[in-house]
Amino acid sequence: MGPLPIQPQVLAQAAQAAPNPADLMAARTQMAVSLGWHIIIACFGVGFPLLAVFCEWRGYRTGDTAWGMLARRWGRAMGVLFAVGAVSGTILSFELGILWPGLMGTYGEVIGLPFAIEGIWFFTEAIFLGIYLYAWDRLPPKIHMLTAVPIVIAGLAGAFSVVAANAWMNQPRGFDLVNGEVTNVDPWAAMFNPATWPQATHMILAAYLVTGFGVASVYALALLRGRNDRYHRLGFLVPFTFAAALTPVQIGVGDWAAHFVADNQPVKLAAMEGVYETERGAPLHLGGVDVDGELRYSIEIPFGLSLLAHWDPNAEIMGLNEVPPGDRPPVNVVHLSFQTMVAAGTALLLLGAWFGLAWWRRRDLPRSRWFLRAATLSGVAAVVALEAGWVTTEVGRQPWIVYGHLRTADAVSAAPGLRLGLYALLVVYTILTAATVYVLRLMARAPLPVAPQETEPVEPRVVS
Amino acid sequence: MTLAEVVLVVAWIGVTFYALLGGADFGAGFWDLFAGGDRRGWAQRELIEHSIGPVWEANHVWLIFVLVVLWTGFPPVFAAVMSTMIIPLTLAAFGVIMRGAAFAFRKVVDALWLKRIFGASFAASSVLTPFFLGAVAGGVATGRVPPGNARGDLITSWLNPTSLLGGTLAVGVCAYLAAVFLVRDAEREGNQQLVEQFRVRALGTGIALGVIALGGIFVLRADAPRLFEGLTTRALPLVVASAVFGLVSLVLLVRRQFVAVRVTAALAVVAIIWGWAAGQYPYMLEPDLTIEQAAAGRATLSAMLISLAVGSLLLVPSMTWLFVIFQREHNQQAADRSLV
Repeated sequence: MGPLPIQPQVLAQAAQAAPNPADLMAARTQMAVSLGWHIIIACFGVGFPLLAVFCEWRGYRTGDTAWGMLARRWGRAMGVLFAVGAVSGTILSFELGILWPGLMGTYGEVIGLPFAIEGIWFFTEAIFLGIYLYAWDRLPPKIHMLTAVPIVIAGLAGAFSVVAANAWMNQPRGFDLVNGEVTNVDPWAAMFNPATWPQATHMILAAYLVTGFGVASVYALALLRGRNDRYHRLGFLVPFTFAAALTPVQIGVGDWAAHFVADNQPVKLAAMEGVYETERGAPLHLGGVDVDGELRYSIEIPFGLSLLAHWDPNAEIMGLNEVPPGDRPPVNVVHLSFQTMVAAGTALLLLGAWFGLAWWRRRDLPRSRWFLRAATLSGVAAVVALEAGWVTTEVGRQPWIVYGHLRTADAVSAAPGLRLGLYALLVVYTILTAATVYVLRLMARAPLPVAPQETEPVEPRVVS
Repeated sequence: MTLAEVVLVVAWIGVTFYALLGGADFGAGFWDLFAGGDRRGWAQRELIEHSIGPVWEANHVWLIFVLVVLWTGFPPVFAAVMSTMIIPLTLAAFGVIMRGAAFAFRKVVDALWLKRIFGASFAASSVLTPFFLGAVAGGVATGRVPPGNARGDLITSWLNPTSLLGGTLAVGVCAYLAAVFLVRDAEREGNQQLVEQFRVRALGTGIALGVIALGGIFVLRADAPRLFEGLTTRALPLVVASAVFGLVSLVLLVRRQFVAVRVTAALAVVAIIWGWAAGQYPYMLEPDLTIEQAAAGRATLSAMLISLAVGSLLLVPSMTWLFVIFQREHNQQAADRSLV
């Protein structure tokens, strides 16, 4: 792809009154906070049902009560997380209009379709989750397990749809601009834009990794504290094995996604890697900070970037100098977040390999307590990788909200005082975060049922 | 009927279901708020939890559905309404979050103080959220939202006589529907005391709604002449139907026909929602933007309709099954044993 396609109407829009920079920043921060928050919870919505129904199925087949207890406990946690995910996702659809009317008013008809399809999947998920959680003992076990299947599929397909809409912002397709008017809309071409496949695959796997490592973390801590019974071991082994097995796949998919960025979003790649001048045989920079348009304090691997991005040590890598300064994403944020994601992913890969080696040799966990300590942190690492990845792709697209067509500054609401909305949101989300963490900790600490055939303790009742 | 009108009808079906189902869930929160102290209100809160627990999330999705159909099918309307109504919609969004999260949290905690905090948050936001949504509806219906990026007045677009009427009606409708639905749930659980409590509340809110609606006629005549004109001409049959169904519902409540009253109460609400649509036709944003002017292109509209049609093949049976499972004879033991 050559230099950026700057559309004439973009110049016309730039002539409009520029928004207050503080309000623009506030709107971006509000979106980032609410999206970044929701993504974590949404990952559990995608991954948790798979883990829960797997345990339920094992329990059904083997009659081993530890499996059944895990399934129920995870179902309970899943119920809370799904509720929080549903409502924290709702605010995002509000914010699309509240904060970004310039995006939705003009391009809503182009990217609406994947959202509408996501709506169908969200319905499916909510309906069957209601059945799965609340009719656990009213349905025959086989039927009950089958009700989890639509939840698993809907989680996956819903994530695909919503990431397709995001991918479109990176690779806008499916419309023509004639005199600044959107015409010839092809919503399917917009939905299945080229960035959809690598981005959606990368995200769905990320959701599985966050769930797997996240749940495993809780049980790793229990094992560290000496609760080394079958229930806790299974609670660790199932999600950890699941996530560890998918980690190498995720790194392969990440490589695909990075190649895609190198080929299609060269400005983003330049910011990710801190490439200022177009060059052949570009080195790979590990670490480093952008100071006055120069990457300092980094470790350089000669030819590394050209080799990784294009499988050719002499391949040309486009530098930020190819676009005007006003069209460049901030290097420090994008470079640092990309490196953080790669580092966290690599650490998780090594942890999984350690586990795999021990299991292969002795059919047991690694003996070292350091393994469990590291595994306790694996959930945090997975979340860090997830968030860093999103920062990379979102900030790396700046200053565009629709790459090459619409600037974020031209899409933001013209309402004054967007800062106030951000402050209010920060207060609400601080409370929400505290409450969510507190309740999840309470649930994790709740005593296990006394007799295995009993389910979760029934809430105290007052006879009326 | 044009393609755009078909899409609008689909969106309006979504609004209707959200008002009926989501509205009843909000209303359950309303009654939770006024259920009384821990001991006195326990049975009511228990009934509310059992009734809305399995279904509220599915009901909530109707809101997302409406938003998505709106921004895909009528992008300029979505952008205009959301940006002008930033204040009430931000508050409504916070209400949605606090309500859903607190409801889920209250269910899984045991300590009484926590149940109180989460319960209060759930109940208070169940009242505030429909109020703000109703206020937004009032502002849109009176033509206070011009097209464009936050072009309308950020305050008076939702703080005006019709918006206050809309917000009050929304809260009232939620409370009324919830009481009507809960009476039957209580009857099925065989709890006569609860049946009486909610029957009295259904009657009370039903009468209150009638009074508010009558007073609303004068508000609309003064504050929203165009809408008033539409409601008294094109939409008159629907307005009358709503009044008739409302009166029939009161009679049915007095006669303890708790299944039939569910239908008539719902029809009264449906009639008024479609009456609003008919009264405002053919404008989406009076007086500047008609349905046809606001609509997205044919390709988008038909792609969305096809997707939704295919999706409904999956969703309609699934949703029916969900309601059938939980509306069957309540087995108290099974309800207690269930998970969340």
